[in-house]
Amino acid sequence: MDTALGADSNGRAVTAAATEPPVGSALREESRPDRGTAAAYQRIVDADRGTGGESLANFLGAFSIGLGLAEFLAPYAINKVIGVKHPDDRSLTTTRLMGLREIGHGLAILGNQQPAKAVWSRVAGDALDLALLGRTMANPDNDRGRTAFAVANVLAVTALDVMCARELSRQPRTATHAKLEEGIVVTRRGVTVNRPVEECWAAWRDLQRLPTFMRHLESVTELDARRSHWVAKAPAGRTVEWDAEIVEEREHELLAWRSVEGAQVRNAGRVTFHPAPGGRGTELRVQLEYEPPGGKLGSKVAMLWREEPGQQVKDDLRHFKQVMETGEVLFSDATKRRGPHPAQPDDKPAQL
Amino acid sequence: MKATCWMGPNDMQVREVPDPSILNRRDCIVKVTSTAICGSDLHLYNGFLPLMEPGDILGHEFMGEVVEVGPGVGNLKVGDRVVVPFPIACGNCAPCEAGATSLCENSNPNAHIAEKLLGHTASGIFGYSHLTGGFAGGQAEYVRVPFADFGPMKVPEGLTDEQVLFLTDILPTGYMGAEMCGIRPGDTVAVWGCGPVGQFAIASAYLLGAEKVIAIDRFEYRLQMAREKAGAITINYEEVANVVDVLKDLTAGRGPDHCIDAVGAEGHTHGVQYVHDRAKQALRMQTDRPIALREAIHACRSGGTVSVIGVYTGLIDKFPMNAVMNRSLTIKTGQTHVHRYMKPLLERIQKGELDPTFIITHTMPLDRAPEGYRMFNAKQDRCEKIVLKT
Repeated sequence: MDTALGADSNGRAVTAAATEPPVGSALREESRPDRGTAAAYQRIVDADRGTGGESLANFLGAFSIGLGLAEFLAPYAINKVIGVKHPDDRSLTTTRLMGLREIGHGLAILGNQQPAKAVWSRVAGDALDLALLGRTMANPDNDRGRTAFAVANVLAVTALDVMCARELSRQPRTATHAKLEEGIVVTRRGVTVNRPVEECWAAWRDLQRLPTFMRHLESVTELDARRSHWVAKAPAGRTVEWDAEIVEEREHELLAWRSVEGAQVRNAGRVTFHPAPGGRGTELRVQLEYEPPGGKLGSKVAMLWREEPGQQVKDDLRHFKQVMETGEVLFSDATKRRGPHPAQPDDKPAQL
Repeated sequence: MKATCWMGPNDMQVREVPDPSILNRRDCIVKVTSTAICGSDLHLYNGFLPLMEPGDILGHEFMGEVVEVGPGVGNLKVGDRVVVPFPIACGNCAPCEAGATSLCENSNPNAHIAEKLLGHTASGIFGYSHLTGGFAGGQAEYVRVPFADFGPMKVPEGLTDEQVLFLTDILPTGYMGAEMCGIRPGDTVAVWGCGPVGQFAIASAYLLGAEKVIAIDRFEYRLQMAREKAGAITINYEEVANVVDVLKDLTAGRGPDHCIDAVGAEGHTHGVQYVHDRAKQALRMQTDRPIALREAIHACRSGGTVSVIGVYTGLIDKFPMNAVMNRSLTIKTGQTHVHRYMKPLLERIQKGELDPTFIITHTMPLDRAPEGYRMFNAKQDRCEKIVLKT
């Protein structure tokens, strides 16, 4: 099962796996969901689970950027607020530098799917802020009341920072987090297709057809039963190419592949097929992993736009569903064409 | 070709635009013969819907003649006269198979935007912002119709455009509003809004067996139409102190069994509540004014149905959830699943059970669409429904 990059893999196929029988269950045996299926779905939740504290971290990240911009752009006003009666050049420069530091914290927190370290860095920054405020307080020329108020505020935020950082540092982290630490971006998405599993499988297994619904792919050429050559679109009109090999295949159930040695962008993927309950067609789940160019830093930059890889997979799956259900991908004039089209006429009133 | 373009809030222009062409195998091109301005177009006209771009062609109520057919369309040929449902639907996805075509999962090319705003996407809609796909609308000489093998219905001989045009939207919408109520013998139904959809909701409620239908509006000419053409008992809410009290009087304290909101996002009332809602809307603290909806919830008898067919565009404020929960109200709503109503309603028209032409007050050439929008929006000249001819 270890098909992915790195050590661990998650987002396993939804297949029956026995777990301990429930003790003192609320339902009689015949009303209970199949244990293996329930456990498999529970694993999907576990794979999506964070460590807690993620939303607070996002708030603190945005707060850092806001405060940092204020410090950098309006150091005089900030000095007044914290009780410095007569800000001199040195205190203004210090404030600006603290502003840059805050912005750095903010970017680090928002740009990292595992921001524990970045939030801890905020705690260190809080300590520095408190030290500087202590020095301000020591100067009898300053407005000590205001400075004390500022100290109280920083202490309150410090408490939030510590709380958040401890939440985030809690074990266990998910495999996704562990992979991100290694510089690997992981994306999981699913779609329900109103066609039988066998049809969905056959369409996907015909790898050469993948570019008809995966817009970022230029072509896929099957070299033999296991190996294929992939060409994908990259930014600025360039392309990325690699050879991939199928590492696991269970008909109508699971297909896993990964790039072979020497790929420009190391990547791996797996797709699972499962009959949707009650004749609702096929539940199709995809997990993609790739190592963005530039190692850990590159993956952090990629995560700054963390919606992106997920959005692309989502669009691809939507298009797959459309092709399977309706025969093609639907366009509107506005989504198909640039420049004047029926929904966007050129700038000319009609001759009436 | 000429088309009615949205150039900004309160700025409609008829402009020269490129002709549409076949983009997908299952497309056809329709040469429009008749089209109408819908009350929901006024939400766009007034700038309440997000994701409009200057130049977008409006119009989702249209019919005409097929002039070009894509290679994937087997059931239509050039020359067929068709009415086209306003939701674009594939006919293959699970909601389409269940008849809920306005929930089609495959017809909104901008589904990713809709998912962000609505959680999930609904179907694409002709001429109704980029949130519903950025499809060019039918207030034009020609229009491209996707999934033409599933949506358009051929019109039988001997029926005028005016008799069948409203099968595209407002007749099924009014009908679905009444159908969602689950009307039983003896039921009283109250309908907020006497625009075209409200009129059809009143008529449909009677068709489905309502004992009496009460209509609420503030424009006397619309109330008159509801009384004389659709058979409603009418309340002018500007002339009474409290609509809910009048409804209780009319039902000896029970309240209407079912309440239909055919008003939607731009409700009016007199007094403080309207000023408050209008101000919050102007401050972008809420987008919609759910005045009719609040009133419908308060008026409805305990255990009754509130059926919402008026269009909402965003967030509402002060939603009386306590009344809904504690009094076991059922709220039913949705963009109309037009496809499933077109044939049965066509049959009712053919049998003479229903004559939808009674709502038409104005017929004008497409060129005069901007004037039509102004007139319809301002409720001038007793305007109820405008049909545009190409």
